[in-house]
Amino acid sequence: MKVFMLGWEFPPFISGGLGTACYGLTKAMDQLGIKITFVLPKMVDSRYATHVKLLSPHCLASAASFKTRNLTNVTFRAINSPLQPYSTPEVYQQQIEETLRQKQIQRGKTGLSGQVISGTDYSGNMYTEVHRYAAIATELAADEDFEVVHAHDWMTYPAGIAVAAMSRKPLIVHVHSTEFDRSGEHVNQMIYDIERQGMHAADKIIAVSYLTRNIIISRYGVSGDKVEVVHNGVERNGGGNWPFEQNVIDNDEKIVLFLGRITMQKGPEYFLQAAKKVLEVIDNVKFVMAGSGDMMHRAVEMAAELGIGSKVLFTGFLRGEDVRKIYQMADLFVMPSVSEPFGLVPLEALENDVPVIISKQSGVSEVLSHALKVDFWDVNEIANKVIAVLRYPPLKITLQSHGNFEVRKLRWKDSAEKCARIYDETLVAV
Amino acid sequence: MASVCFYFQVHQPMRLRHYTVFDKNEYYFDDYNNGFICRKVANKCYLPANRLLLNMIRRMDGRFKIAYSITGVLLEQLETYSPEVMSTFDALAQTGCVEFLAETYYHSLSFLYSREEFIEQVNKHTEVIEHYFGQKPRIFRNTELIYNNDLACLIESMDRFDGIISEGADHILGYRSPNFVYHPQGCEKLKLLLKNYSLSDDIAFRFSNRGWSEWPLTAEKFARWINDVNGNGYVVNLFMDYETLGEHQWADTGIFNFMRHLPEEILRHPDNDFKTPSEIVQSYQPVGTVDVPHLTSWADTERDLSAWLGNPMQSNALHEIYRLEKKIKNAGDEQIMADWRRLQTSDHFYYMCTKYFADGDVHKYFNPYGSPYDSYINFMNVLNNLQSRCSEPLPEANIRGISQNKNTADVQTQTAG
Repeated sequence: MKVFMLGWEFPPFISGGLGTACYGLTKAMDQLGIKITFVLPKMVDSRYATHVKLLSPHCLASAASFKTRNLTNVTFRAINSPLQPYSTPEVYQQQIEETLRQKQIQRGKTGLSGQVISGTDYSGNMYTEVHRYAAIATELAADEDFEVVHAHDWMTYPAGIAVAAMSRKPLIVHVHSTEFDRSGEHVNQMIYDIERQGMHAADKIIAVSYLTRNIIISRYGVSGDKVEVVHNGVERNGGGNWPFEQNVIDNDEKIVLFLGRITMQKGPEYFLQAAKKVLEVIDNVKFVMAGSGDMMHRAVEMAAELGIGSKVLFTGFLRGEDVRKIYQMADLFVMPSVSEPFGLVPLEALENDVPVIISKQSGVSEVLSHALKVDFWDVNEIANKVIAVLRYPPLKITLQSHGNFEVRKLRWKDSAEKCARIYDETLVAV
Repeated sequence: MASVCFYFQVHQPMRLRHYTVFDKNEYYFDDYNNGFICRKVANKCYLPANRLLLNMIRRMDGRFKIAYSITGVLLEQLETYSPEVMSTFDALAQTGCVEFLAETYYHSLSFLYSREEFIEQVNKHTEVIEHYFGQKPRIFRNTELIYNNDLACLIESMDRFDGIISEGADHILGYRSPNFVYHPQGCEKLKLLLKNYSLSDDIAFRFSNRGWSEWPLTAEKFARWINDVNGNGYVVNLFMDYETLGEHQWADTGIFNFMRHLPEEILRHPDNDFKTPSEIVQSYQPVGTVDVPHLTSWADTERDLSAWLGNPMQSNALHEIYRLEKKIKNAGDEQIMADWRRLQTSDHFYYMCTKYFADGDVHKYFNPYGSPYDSYINFMNVLNNLQSRCSEPLPEANIRGISQNKNTADVQTQTAG
């Protein structure tokens, strides 16, 4: 089976769950022996090193191909593009302007600030960029041999549609989130249109949860038999092997963790309001918000307004070892998401022996039973559960041990096998 | 001779309402939900089953006999929510063919934690049975048939019981059959009746299971199995939850019809009859001793205590509630005592079980909680409040628990309020 996959940067060069999910799925598929041509956007002159090295950055498609050590069946091809997951048109605009400014500074130009866009590199606005990406992807695909096209999240849908049309192969669209999850009811019409177009053009749609599947069916006018659910899994990094002593902190202070993008979708305000209620009853607890996002400043202000500023810590975006460390320190993890298509972070937390409280409005609550579940708006109940976990060690111990055990059943291998089955079914139909 | 002994367990707990750490009042129980469930079970099970059995007793002219063990917590609820059920039980008592057994009033696990409390609850229960039904129970069964040698000795020492009931589990019987009367190890006069779990569960669990090789179970077929015991035993102890009739096995499975025809079919064979537990104990001599050093029960496939003590939450909750015993009794307040005892009902801990969390149908029946963790959190919040009612000044200081560094301004407002 050969797949043309349109995905995103792998960890640790991620900005959220999308990259992690791509990595987990691709790795599991690789182990099943599925051959993958993995196409991703990458800025050539980006400041961050990535796991893929470009051999010839100057060619039009920047399309030298390369492999990584442990993924033998996967060939990576990067397209020079500033597209990033979780971007919005406004953020993209800012990003472009910032890049331009940097370039101008580098070239030492002053005075007239004309819009100097080096034409072939990227577009000034996100929609055209998405379509430009599609055009380059199509050129790339012309050289490749594959049986199925698999596109991850809306920015790659136009590329998926184009490649599928040109190659006459079936298109599978993988919905990791929808505009309704990200923006509530104030959806961006053009993004919605692209999502809808992708879903209708696809031969099969994969949703990461039944929650997402319902949104697809009810909001995008898609028929139910087109949508399959493949839950995400979790990478087993042997995270559960920490000796117990390391979990004991010297002081009595408990740490309640919020880890994720600080944005409306993740419910940071509910986290802070619950924190205030908890602090009315228990005193020696600190609340850590690990992550960054468009609501970060608002969150800092809110903590101050609620009068709990001294008890709330903001770490910024954490990667790699820092993530592991924060899990070791945490007594409890809370995910009060307003609308979470899946939610990989609670699974990671459980892998690291941290009990979790998750929002019922999340996809991951469909697969986890050994977690405390709340409605995201029920601040009282969140506080009630937080206090209970911090106060009663038997509760914490039972949640930890059962949760950790349960997470072992959620393997990317199962997700990959389901995808493979969906590929087969789609090919038969076509 | 095969004497069939039917014994039905009749019980509903007083379930707790949703009680968060911010709740401060003394109303712990979900009266609405408890009332709703009580009336529902009364309509689906207690009333139709009582009427049916009453009819059968009258029709069989004294040859059909049964036994009940009704918990005190249920009797209180029936009085409040379904008093008509009480009159049907009363009618049954007056037939002279119905025996009432003894157990702990609150269906509790007190035997495991406090002998003193256990004996008080047993006494309270026999009093209430005498009060309602005019019978002084002579046969004892512990909550969920939890049993071991120590229990038997304790019951014998109370000097007013002739027999005790236990689950006829394989690991205590070995090759032996439950169809005989035995002596508990260490007892001289007390006799032991063992549940025939195979035949009991045929009715209680498998009756409506179309995948079962013996489905459909007719009265005639079942009577044949009873007949097969002849020569192989003297008694067939069919012990089950009363809700089998109409609630666990709905009326449309044919369970009531099955029961209606059962006595005739069984009595066709002249060697068979029906006996109450007391009659069994009087009629048959023990054929041996059964040694049960470790606790057994009739719960789940393990037949042990794991349904109530399988995880740290459960053992912690049980430990905490019995730790309060002295304090509660010293407080000398009836309401506090009643609340404390209602919290001892084994169901509260059953709800905290994580054993079959993914697929535990039996544990989920009438379980008001979505998860065992929620039940533990709820229970501990209630317990906390109960504890604070017993202490005198500054109950808030107890609740705060871990915290040491509240600023003085706050403390002053508390004492003032």
